[in-house]
Amino acid sequence: MSIAATHPGLTDPYKIGHEGGESQAVGHGEGGPAPTKVVVGFGFWIFLLSDIIMFAAFFAAYAVLSPATAGGPGPHELFDLTNVKIETTFLLLSSFACGLATIAAAKGRLLNAQFWLVITGLLGASFLFLEVREFATMIGKDAGPQRSAFLSAFFTLVGCHGLHVTAGLLWLGTMMAQLWAKGFQPQVMRRLLCFSLFWHALDIIWVAVFTVVYILGVSQ
Amino acid sequence: MLGKLTWAAIPFNEPIPLTVSIIMVLSILGIVGFVWFKGWIPYLWREWITSVDHKRVGVMYCILAFVMLLRGFSDAIMMRSQQALAYNSPGYLPPDHYDQVFSAHGTIMIFFVAMPFVVGIMNFVVPQQLGVRDVAFPTLNSVSFWLTASGVLLINLSLFIGVFARTGWLPYPPLSELAYSPDVGVDYYLWSLQIAGVGTLMSGVNLVTTILKVRAPGMSYMRMPVFCWTSLASNLLIVAAFPILTATLAMLTLDRYLGFHFFTNDLGGNPMMFVNLIWAWGHPEVYILILPAFGIFSEVISTFSSKPLFGYRSMVAATMAICILSFLVWLHHFFTMGAGANVNAVFGVATMIISVPTGVKVFNWLFTMYGGRVRYTTPMLWSVAFMTTFVIGGMTGVLMAVPPADFVLHNSLFLVAHFHNVIIGGVLFGLFAGYTYWFPKAFGFKLDERLGKCAFWCWLVGFYVAFMPLYVLGLMGMTRRMQHYDVPEWQPWLIVAAGGAGLIALGIAFQILQLVYSIRTRDRRRDVTGDPWDGRSLEWSTSSPPPAFNFAIIPDVHGEEAYWHIKERALDQQLMPEEPVYEAITLPRNTPTGFITAFFAVICGFSLIWHIWWLVIAGLLGAFATFVVFAWRDEAEFEISATEVARIDRARRAARGIRLPLVERLV
Repeated sequence: MSIAATHPGLTDPYKIGHEGGESQAVGHGEGGPAPTKVVVGFGFWIFLLSDIIMFAAFFAAYAVLSPATAGGPGPHELFDLTNVKIETTFLLLSSFACGLATIAAAKGRLLNAQFWLVITGLLGASFLFLEVREFATMIGKDAGPQRSAFLSAFFTLVGCHGLHVTAGLLWLGTMMAQLWAKGFQPQVMRRLLCFSLFWHALDIIWVAVFTVVYILGVSQ
Repeated sequence: MLGKLTWAAIPFNEPIPLTVSIIMVLSILGIVGFVWFKGWIPYLWREWITSVDHKRVGVMYCILAFVMLLRGFSDAIMMRSQQALAYNSPGYLPPDHYDQVFSAHGTIMIFFVAMPFVVGIMNFVVPQQLGVRDVAFPTLNSVSFWLTASGVLLINLSLFIGVFARTGWLPYPPLSELAYSPDVGVDYYLWSLQIAGVGTLMSGVNLVTTILKVRAPGMSYMRMPVFCWTSLASNLLIVAAFPILTATLAMLTLDRYLGFHFFTNDLGGNPMMFVNLIWAWGHPEVYILILPAFGIFSEVISTFSSKPLFGYRSMVAATMAICILSFLVWLHHFFTMGAGANVNAVFGVATMIISVPTGVKVFNWLFTMYGGRVRYTTPMLWSVAFMTTFVIGGMTGVLMAVPPADFVLHNSLFLVAHFHNVIIGGVLFGLFAGYTYWFPKAFGFKLDERLGKCAFWCWLVGFYVAFMPLYVLGLMGMTRRMQHYDVPEWQPWLIVAAGGAGLIALGIAFQILQLVYSIRTRDRRRDVTGDPWDGRSLEWSTSSPPPAFNFAIIPDVHGEEAYWHIKERALDQQLMPEEPVYEAITLPRNTPTGFITAFFAVICGFSLIWHIWWLVIAGLLGAFATFVVFAWRDEAEFEISATEVARIDRARRAARGIRLPLVERLV
């Protein structure tokens, strides 16, 4: 007996799941596994999404706890918007420099890429320096994270972003060393792609921090 | 020098933990010594510990889960016997120890039994069902496993050095804050879960990427086996929910270590925020566990009913609906918080809605069996038992979704009975079905059916005897986690429940016996064809166990039930498909990265628990060095030559070719 007679479901007469033709595009249709570069970039994006969800939890905690100043200082007394504007500028420019480094790498210009990576790192480090200084000033004014739930949430949210920048700087150093020693090998290029995704994602998070914590905090 | 760590951390004056830990240490030393003596260490190191093969990693996850099942179950036996004895008497477990026992039971069963078991089976099966050679990131996979193993090691260390948390399986503040839990129990909990949680998250990222980006040609979404769909949903939930757990535990850690005020009673802290956050992870978590089990049942029921799965598309839709809805019901875990009638009503209704797609699935399974040629093998028995048991558990769940009813039942043994009903009757039965079903694929021989059925009946009857009394006790007003009580009417039910736990113990004994007996008699239970159950998806097209590369030639998929198609054609024409042209295959090289990362994770975790700060820094530096060294290596892959591939695949084809005329399918 033929397959169709014994197992009518098997020949799939209704073309279940076959509408829209057979896509030959790799990765998302029926064209087989995606190339490594796509798999790596995609996987790293999924990781970044999870990281953003972790930040979302810290944002939620901040939103709940921001009125809980426990008689201590609030956003008005503590936040210096000028400082935050400079921080933001540094970070956004750093992201821009990172973009230029990616372009240079894509064109195979090693010195150029390294130069822009150095700029990326310097701007990131400047951001970090300003943030640490802000934290130190606040702690000096007896407004450390132990003072109130609001300050706990503030230091955790902003500090978590700062920790990410620190980790990014360490990674950046490793990337530059790899570029130097190995040149534009495919796996180095894939890592560079992941690093730039990471660095830009930190920008996205910072934009949310800038808005939710600083601007909304001062305007209330 | 050693932070808070002193000789006082070792429980010299508590006989039970001391004896248990001495036995554990001795048996671990015994096993290691035996392995050393036999000269197996190089083999284990080469073939397992450093392996990045998804099949090996999956098997190691399952072994880990089995070992921890014994630990978690011994806690259960202690609780049931304590409560059977403790009417108007202190029983044999002092309150301090009893609190540790119930906390350990829940923590271990969820995080270190159910999770690794689920992740292990997904790891083993998904790439094979998708028709590919490995997961998207094989080395990361090994790292994930070893981080989970680090968590296991740390949480078990607390038995011997220090104490376990006394705060329940979810450490609700303010009890879990430093003021009320000053010892290291909660710290052990926090760091083990953080480390294991990172592993789980990485594993989730890996499998999501695998399922979305790495599939055989022709394997479109609507041709994937349902197990791949449920795995996708489960791993999407891991990616979306585990970061919330990470953040929440980090906040509690900051409270405990640096004097922050997230969840404290004073200076604006908000303990209910912890409860909200932890369940924003916790509710998706139960679907992370149950969805792959649903997938296993779909595979098993379809195979053993000798029919394609009924309602494939509705199954996919139901799975994805559950995936999304699981994020919208977290508040039903604490209706008594006092959020107000409207909020409670919304979450109550949402909870009832989520039972609809689950109902769709149950009907699909029933209709798959309807008119099929059902074979009652052990996996199928687990599946049928699941359907009845899970429906009961689901109905008691919907009952508690009614907020006024929940106010009565909250924190009672009725709740305890409900979630054991769905977790044992759903997740665990599913995992046991999957274990029996895929065991021959992993090891090349079938498990003994007779002993498997003995284990099944003990588990099933034991489950009902152990947990139905808890429903009654809940309605009689008994709350959970009671070390002793003075209501005489409760005791008979608790004695019955203890008897049920004894029956389950017998079931576990049969499972161990089944495993040992099957290994000893493996030569007469070999699965020579690689398709012992007349399967329908691609994993059954390889030999058992599959070669490292799974498929000599990546299969070209032309429809649903990819393998069934090929098999029918071969049976019809009494011919194997033509021999393909073999090519060399590149595979990722084994690497100790995972093991070394885990080593440093344990060092960091342990020294953080005991406040040994210099060791924390040393551990972090070691971890960073591992990262750099791993990133620096050049030779990440090796090649298997075309002749070797041809040799392996010809053996498989020969084994199948011989069987071809012998297969009689009664239609």
